[in-house]
Amino acid sequence: MTSRIGVITFPGTLDDRDTQRAVGLAGAEAVPLWHRDKDLKQVDAVVLPGGFSYGDYLRAGAISRFSPVMETVIEQAKAGLPVLGICNGFQVLTETHLLPGAMLRNNHLHFICRDQKLRVENASTAWTADYEAGQEISIPLKNIDGRYTADERTLDELEAEGRVVFRYLDGNPNGSLRDIAGITNAAGNVVGLMPHPEHAVEPLIGTGRTDGLGFFTSILKKLVGA
Amino acid sequence: MARVVVDVMLKPEILDPQGQAVQRALPRLGFEGIADVRQGKRFELEVEGPVDEAALARVHEMAGTFLANTVIEDFTVRVES
Repeated sequence: MTSRIGVITFPGTLDDRDTQRAVGLAGAEAVPLWHRDKDLKQVDAVVLPGGFSYGDYLRAGAISRFSPVMETVIEQAKAGLPVLGICNGFQVLTETHLLPGAMLRNNHLHFICRDQKLRVENASTAWTADYEAGQEISIPLKNIDGRYTADERTLDELEAEGRVVFRYLDGNPNGSLRDIAGITNAAGNVVGLMPHPEHAVEPLIGTGRTDGLGFFTSILKKLVGA
Repeated sequence: MARVVVDVMLKPEILDPQGQAVQRALPRLGFEGIADVRQGKRFELEVEGPVDEAALARVHEMAGTFLANTVIEDFTVRVES
């Protein structure tokens, strides 16, 4: 049976179609999910894509967090459903407190759009098993609210438990504490990151590399093997 | 109708580059003597019915769960007469 991966669309989401495409390229079936729909259509995993849901009003991700679909996502994520939040999706995941910390305006106040080198720090989450710990990848980064922040105790805890999944290399693009680009929850089923793997899945476009495809093949292997 | 004001500010230890940019612009505009600027948000809530303890408790709950993200922000609630 084909694995079904849900991709949520909020008003203001931009990257849902690219994400659906990436899911398909990895060999899974992409299932579009709507923010007002509590029903997850029995998907095996969920991706919260990038964009500016609800115009980033109040705070990035703050209003999406209270949408009907997120009630179900929060409940099922706590029960082990694999969830990946990319960019705005990561912001939503911190607002839900499924992931600790918060995202703030970039320290230089500029929108950044460029290819970004990352180091994979944790290759044992549901979404990173196809990478190797220490592997360097390059995928696009595009945001203005990308400065990851948490208190020192939370940061120490993340480091000690190996929950920093990605770190920025060759310069910190936004003032993120400890160069953090992505993190996971304790169980490893919920992962959030600011850069965009779904934009680096075909050699024809973007970096010319397919460094982002591993996210989608990782989850697929996990689902098929489960 | 009574107005309840919720002020939301970044916690003191959190870097506020927007406030810094405002502070740096002030001398250029001839406004001297401002050592620091922190930028925040102000919400004006027009409350239906009496603003009693229960209503204020609801506003606190609203502010703590939605208007402010208490991971990075503090808030204050006051009734405006």
